[in-house]
Amino acid sequence: MAFLEVKDLKVHFPVKGGIFGRTVDHIKAVDGVSFSLEQGKTYGLVGESGSGKTTTGRAIIGLNKITAGKVSYDGHDITNIKKAGLDVRKEIQMIFQDPYSSLNPKKRVLDIIAEPLRNYEKLSKQEEKKRVQELVELVGLSPESIVKYPHQFSGGQRQRIGVARAIALKPKLIIADEPVSALDVSVQAQVLNFMEDIQEEMGLTYIFIGHDLGVIRHMCDDIGIMYKGRYVEEGTVEDIFNNPQHIYTKRLVAAIPDINPENRKGLINYRHEIQREYEQFYDDYFGDDGLAYSLKPISDTHLVALPEKG
Amino acid sequence: MNEKLLEIKNLKTSFRIEDRYYAAVDDVSLTVNENEVLAIVGESGCGKSALAFSLMGLHNRAKIEGDVLFKGDDVTKYSAGQMNRLRGHEMSMIFQDPLTALNPLMRIGDQIGEVLLLHNKKLSNSKRKSKAVSLLERAGIARPEHVYEQFPHELSGGMRQRVVIAIAIANDPEVLIADEPTTALDATIQSQILDLLNELKEDMNAGIILITHDLGVVAEMADRVAVMYAGQIVEVADVHDLFGNPQHPYTRSLLSSVPNAESIDSKLHVIQGIVPSLKNLPREGCRFRSRIPWIDGAAHEENPRLHEIRPNHFVRCTCYKDFYFPDEEKGDQNHGIS
Repeated sequence: MAFLEVKDLKVHFPVKGGIFGRTVDHIKAVDGVSFSLEQGKTYGLVGESGSGKTTTGRAIIGLNKITAGKVSYDGHDITNIKKAGLDVRKEIQMIFQDPYSSLNPKKRVLDIIAEPLRNYEKLSKQEEKKRVQELVELVGLSPESIVKYPHQFSGGQRQRIGVARAIALKPKLIIADEPVSALDVSVQAQVLNFMEDIQEEMGLTYIFIGHDLGVIRHMCDDIGIMYKGRYVEEGTVEDIFNNPQHIYTKRLVAAIPDINPENRKGLINYRHEIQREYEQFYDDYFGDDGLAYSLKPISDTHLVALPEKG
Repeated sequence: MNEKLLEIKNLKTSFRIEDRYYAAVDDVSLTVNENEVLAIVGESGCGKSALAFSLMGLHNRAKIEGDVLFKGDDVTKYSAGQMNRLRGHEMSMIFQDPLTALNPLMRIGDQIGEVLLLHNKKLSNSKRKSKAVSLLERAGIARPEHVYEQFPHELSGGMRQRVVIAIAIANDPEVLIADEPTTALDATIQSQILDLLNELKEDMNAGIILITHDLGVVAEMADRVAVMYAGQIVEVADVHDLFGNPQHPYTRSLLSSVPNAESIDSKLHVIQGIVPSLKNLPREGCRFRSRIPWIDGAAHEENPRLHEIRPNHFVRCTCYKDFYFPDEEKGDQNHGIS
């Protein structure tokens, strides 16, 4: 049985209108997403802004209300995470995108990292301090940094504080929402390496949400590509990068900048070709409402939302 | 041979912190030619944007030394009025965040019209509108008449950036400074915007200074590349040279920290330490020294200069000769990406 299983997940946000503020419409941010992942693996959720990837992540952890569908974690139904019991909430944690706004500027690092401990574990002041110091050292910061405030750290260090907070309760699943998008390349490398290290040490499972396909390729085992709240393609890293089938995935993969300037000309031609194909076949790949069709398997691991007509 | 458009000579931009001046841009010399993209790369805090702002005269309180010659004319000596005429006319800038660069209370058409009017007061209303619409069209906007009437919040990020570009090219500038023009955009939109910039470069025969931290963007766009670290240029070379045969330790470290197809099963390279803040910059010796502590101190020059190691390939300091990554054999000269 899968470690985490998401079945036909839907998250719709109401649109209020009129003088009485009645619900006049819904925005279907996530509209029927299903996937499952194994323990110890990294699953990548990819899409452009507005595709619903972050909403999916937030819905799993209970930050967005689930409209329909089912999420089960390790055999437990956690669709309504508030009723699922405290243990589950300890075991699933989140790392946020922006290390500048996700840490409370008025709190010391000690209080930031100790917050989850204070909520779930009864520790004396000494024990708590010791635990926080261990965590801070684990993420590669000096033990003295626990009395500092977030503004005294660089972006990469702040993101490590965010990671320390996420792993304080020894979670099993971490949902990382664009954890390196706000960071410089060398700092990004630091955080990515570190996330791989703690994954090995603690046996973590990641859901890695991102739009940078270079980073996704480096980190993930399996990938789901989202567009307008639906999946257009799912598969292993090799499936997606070496054998993309859906026109939208092809276009995304073609847009990855190549670091070798010698390939420049070929890449530009390739992109134009894909763009032409995209414009020509767009109507075939998406239904009348502009949404992707349902996924069909083309191999054991590879699912594609292929056209239904013709 | 393409004509020299902009020549930066020993530019030094200093900011005052507690009664002392600290140079954020330190002795930078560069040239930009017609029909050329010069990329300036570096991490945040390396002085890339401070350099761009100095060129455009956008710093309020900074002390600027050195010369910026636009077609032989020293613009650092310009009065505020002269500078205003230059800005937006011969030289213009594309900013990183299109949402903050646009006025949220003005219609797109009026924002473009404003720029046109500033530089040609006699332009009639109808001409102004037709020019603005044609600019939007040139920036690749599908329904220019419709967008003309819209407000910035009604447009997507990519569309907004196209509007910002339309404003920047309104008066046919000869030098275009693009400060992280695609950082806020999705990858597919990014490649479209880069395409657009390339087209404009060819059409207008303009020189583009592209400021970015994304090495992928550099590899795709640039003709020449300058790598900045801690306010200084550490390496300048033709784009093929820089990626095929990088020399400076900083350039090599940056290149090997980018995840790519080959790095999937290996660890990414991490540059030790952090970019020093303006106040704590080492002012003497090699500025990159503290971040490659495993390299013998004697490898560094006392007063690092830019050395021309091959025609048009400059590297600062002598430490590049002895540099190796800690996880590779000393003396292993097999670097570069090919």
